[in-house]
Amino acid sequence: MTAGTSAAAAELARRRHSPLQRVQHLLHGYPWISPLVILVLTMVVFTIVNPRFSNPSALSLLIQQTAVIACLAIGQTLIILTAGIDLSVGAIVILSMMVMAKLAVENGVPAPLALLIGIALGVGAGALNGLLVTRVNLPPFIVTLGTLSIFTAIALLYSGSKSFQNNELPDLLNWTGTSFPVGPFRLTVGVVIVLVLYAIVGFALSQTAWGQHVYAVGDDPEAARLAGIASKRVLLSVYVVAGLVYGIGAWVLIGRAGAASPNAITDANLQSITAVVIGGTSLFGGRGRLIGTLIGALIVQAFYVGLSLARVDQQYRLLAVGVLVIVAVAIDQWIRKVKS
Amino acid sequence: MTAVAPNSTGGAGGTQQPILSARGLIKTFGRVVGLDGVDLDLYAGEVLAIIGDNGAGKSTLIKCLTGALVPDAGTLELDGKRVSFQRPQDARDAGIETVYQQLAVIPALDIASNLYLAREERRPGPLGSVLRMLDKKGMRERAGKAVQELGIQTIQNMGQAVETLSGGQRQAVAVSRAAAFGGKVVVLDEPTAALGVKESNQVLEMVKSLRAKGLGVILISHNMPQVWEVADRIHIQRLGGRAGVITPESHSMTDGVGIMTGAMKLEG
Repeated sequence: MTAGTSAAAAELARRRHSPLQRVQHLLHGYPWISPLVILVLTMVVFTIVNPRFSNPSALSLLIQQTAVIACLAIGQTLIILTAGIDLSVGAIVILSMMVMAKLAVENGVPAPLALLIGIALGVGAGALNGLLVTRVNLPPFIVTLGTLSIFTAIALLYSGSKSFQNNELPDLLNWTGTSFPVGPFRLTVGVVIVLVLYAIVGFALSQTAWGQHVYAVGDDPEAARLAGIASKRVLLSVYVVAGLVYGIGAWVLIGRAGAASPNAITDANLQSITAVVIGGTSLFGGRGRLIGTLIGALIVQAFYVGLSLARVDQQYRLLAVGVLVIVAVAIDQWIRKVKS
Repeated sequence: MTAVAPNSTGGAGGTQQPILSARGLIKTFGRVVGLDGVDLDLYAGEVLAIIGDNGAGKSTLIKCLTGALVPDAGTLELDGKRVSFQRPQDARDAGIETVYQQLAVIPALDIASNLYLAREERRPGPLGSVLRMLDKKGMRERAGKAVQELGIQTIQNMGQAVETLSGGQRQAVAVSRAAAFGGKVVVLDEPTAALGVKESNQVLEMVKSLRAKGLGVILISHNMPQVWEVADRIHIQRLGGRAGVITPESHSMTDGVGIMTGAMKLEG
């Protein structure tokens, strides 16, 4: 083949890509672009409808309100990246939170120890899910559906369905709700903790061998095993890390809610899954970025705040989020068909 | 079954010690006998093809050689030393690389990540040792060199996801991976099964360049013309055992198929 013909072939190859295919390739390489575009559009539209949406105080509230779901969605992202799903998020958080609160308030356990035991319980709950998935070979949907009920029951039995208000709780447990000014904004300690978690887990996913293995196991566990990856160990580690994140999320929730109540965040499961899916992570595993999940969580909350500022019936938020989820999954299906 | 001594005229190393040698491999699955006492010898710098009908035990045999399955009985020697592999990683650590038929690559990861999967390299200094940060740039550069060495011009961007590549390019990535790390032996399971003529020829050229590098190559294939083109010796599997070892010079393709199907017996 002469240089002339190969140049002509290259030109042809380039021309074969329609603008739409180029968009497809771009989204394939950077799956968080579409959620980011949606977030920016959402904020622009809501600001036009009601300029108060963009006030620093309103945005501060938006960020604070997003923190807990954004935190839980980190663990959910890890598990969905391995083609799993976690229906027990909310139950694990409630269990960790009630144990932290009751140990500190009723059993006189020092606050730091109560906090550590609560977080450790989250890790243990995640490990139990992981062991059932990897050792007993049960599907994650079934495992977490079961542990959802089990952990919820234990949390209610243990706490006697009792709530603890923030004036009863030790300062350390309330600390995540402490706010401080950052320029015109007000952030809380909880928000900072969640952002630090995003940075750490995001780094681990994109820059370390462990992260590569999580993607590989999620994409094709058998191929990953044949390539020399201990697939089951990676899978177990994902559930354990998710449990750790949920345990820390329980602490953030106490600060945000100003109380420890077994009836808090009943919709944590669906909200965290929604944030992950809108954020561009594929439910089939192996594809997605953690930053997309943070954007997804912000989109859901922006709809909530924006629609209430626009004085629109809250039910429309539910409707809009439902449409977004379906659009996000449809886009994912389309991106996955990418060919060179 | 006719036991046949390794052909001393074929291959690059007739009188040398085999680089990989299996004796009496047995593997059963419940009541089904997958391998019934198979012997195999592979020399450095040769291509040993394994042919056989469906269910003859080709895949089981190579899985036992590469640690994907653990044989019930029998011995393996690599470079004259007894080895036993419990996991694919054990075989890999010992210098046996495998390109599997279907499961060769992870589509969602990029080319460099696939080449270095499960043996990623970290950055020098505290970024690597403390933060365990990957040396992505370095791995991409070295992956580019490895792919170039095998004469593959069509793959340029090592940061490209493998799922955006054509079937032939994906297979080229898988073979490059084996070639880049294959210390002693490279096993290829039906590497051209899903490919067109032109792409198949590229893969066969890669097989020849692996041999030229002095590696022992095991090639499992259904494609007889390809086998007769690249193989130095041909191991024929039949009904879980070794029906014989021939060379492209000593036997025609028709003979080979005859032995494979049992229509013809190989004389000792």
